Amino acid sequence: MVTNPALSSGLDLQASFVEALSGLGVGPGVARLLWLPLPMVTVLVAAVVGVLVNVWLERKISAAVQQRIGPEYAGPLGVLQPMADGLKLVFKEDIIPARADGLLFTLGPVLVLVPVILSWLVVPFGQNLLISNVGVGIFLWIALSSIQPIGLLMSGYSSNNKYSLLGGLRAAAQSISYEIPLALAVLAVVMMSNSLSTVDIVNQQSGAGILSWNIWRQPVGFVIFWICALAECERLPFDLPEAEEELVAGYQTEYSGMKFALFYLGSYINLVLSALLVAVLYLGGWSFPVPVEWIAGWLNIPIDSPVLQVVTGSLGIVMTVLKAYLLVFFAILLRWTVPRVRIDQLLDLGWKFLLPIALVNLLVTAALKLAFPAVFGG
Amino acid sequence: MTIASTTQQVCFVLLSAAVVLGSLGVVLLPNIVYSAFLLGGVFLSVSGLYLLLNASFVAAAQILVYVGAVNVLILFAIMLVNKKENLSAIPGLPLRRILSGLVCAGLFGLLMRVAFTTPWALPGPVPVGEEATIRIGEHLFSDYLLPFELASVLLLMAMIGAIVLARRDVFASDVITGEPVDQGLIEKARTPLLIDTPDPQLQETR
Repeated sequence: MVTNPALSSGLDLQASFVEALSGLGVGPGVARLLWLPLPMVTVLVAAVVGVLVNVWLERKISAAVQQRIGPEYAGPLGVLQPMADGLKLVFKEDIIPARADGLLFTLGPVLVLVPVILSWLVVPFGQNLLISNVGVGIFLWIALSSIQPIGLLMSGYSSNNKYSLLGGLRAAAQSISYEIPLALAVLAVVMMSNSLSTVDIVNQQSGAGILSWNIWRQPVGFVIFWICALAECERLPFDLPEAEEELVAGYQTEYSGMKFALFYLGSYINLVLSALLVAVLYLGGWSFPVPVEWIAGWLNIPIDSPVLQVVTGSLGIVMTVLKAYLLVFFAILLRWTVPRVRIDQLLDLGWKFLLPIALVNLLVTAALKLAFPAVFGG
Repeated sequence: MTIASTTQQVCFVLLSAAVVLGSLGVVLLPNIVYSAFLLGGVFLSVSGLYLLLNASFVAAAQILVYVGAVNVLILFAIMLVNKKENLSAIPGLPLRRILSGLVCAGLFGLLMRVAFTTPWALPGPVPVGEEATIRIGEHLFSDYLLPFELASVLLLMAMIGAIVLARRDVFASDVITGEPVDQGLIEKARTPLLIDTPDPQLQETR
């Protein structure tokens, strides 16, 4: 594993915060307790803002693809349009159908949204810029995303509507069949970096700038992961669970108001999350195409100078978000270019094509790791 | 008492209550769908207990395997066979309930006695924390290799058995003619499965 002395000693906001509060006469335990909610709230706000940006991008890019203008009156270039959409959903009446199962109907959207938000726990924006560097990192994300189908089945069943039930079943089938190639693609990366932790995975890619990013060593894994991530997010061309022509809106058919908004929010947060994780796993996470230490060396700036630390930290956040939104852009472009697949094509693609390829990719990675331990992580 | 240990105790009480009440709900609720969803809740609470014991890998694996795979499959099975059916009354139901309740109470008493009489080594061994993933891997591929492989063979057998059971129609004879079905036709799922239609006109229109 390539360790990076400059980055690992980098910005540690928690330590600085605790130190600053201790200077004001607050005990270290209380200071740590006060620190706890701060990164969580920050990430939650970031996720919601990310969704707003995403909705705006989707509207604008789809308009551009179809040679329309898109939203333009709400704020400059229509940037306030997603806010208007959100407000509309807040003020809509919250309807529970008379023959539906009220309890499960309410619990379904919650179960879809909560695991997605919990998964932001392991998304790193810098060496110490993540909520918690848990050892099982990326595995936690895979485990959490497997809870989602239960929420989908729950909302599909409780709506008491055949379209909803079919949509829920489709969503769950799709979700579990694409989880396996996804996990295998992640496993190949994990094998190369000898760690499940997202921070270690990024550090392992930070040896020689853009050349050491995993996408060059795992091109097949990158494609598999991206296809599976799109399928997990139910994005076109894989949005069968809510295929309008066949199923009205799938499991969302009976939902309105804030409960519908939860599904909407969940799917967009999931898209941003998947893009962030592709950036972390394959595109070097927060690292700049040219390592910051090299630039610092050329400019003769000492690596531990505070200015450089702050610049590195901000650059890390900008790079992560930039890479993620580049991928989101591709996802939106794909949505408006590629037609929807059929359910049997979808399952064939998952089980008969992606799964064998992911297995072969894993085997080849293991062989390469044994043959060239210097390049593929020994 | 520090904040951390108080939080741990509160979490332990909440999770244990969720496990006990959830399991009772799984067994006692008449609606099978509620039972299945509650089972998922029980699995989640158990993984929370693992987290409290500092076993994060086991907790994540518990969620992935039990909630993400087992429970989803149970729900699938329930929803695909969602037939409203009036079950015929079982004779002597109250007596059966009392008997099974007695058996369960006896088992519970036995377990409680074991729990209180065993000299537990408290506090237990120090948790290894994040290193656990590596330790589990080492054990699975050294001293626990045989059970690990046996379990995978067992799963493979179950899978093949399930396929054989699900494709039993392959071995049956044709419904109309009574002749044994050509196995090759079953593989071509997209072509119509009927062997020679006696009416040539029908064939043309198709």
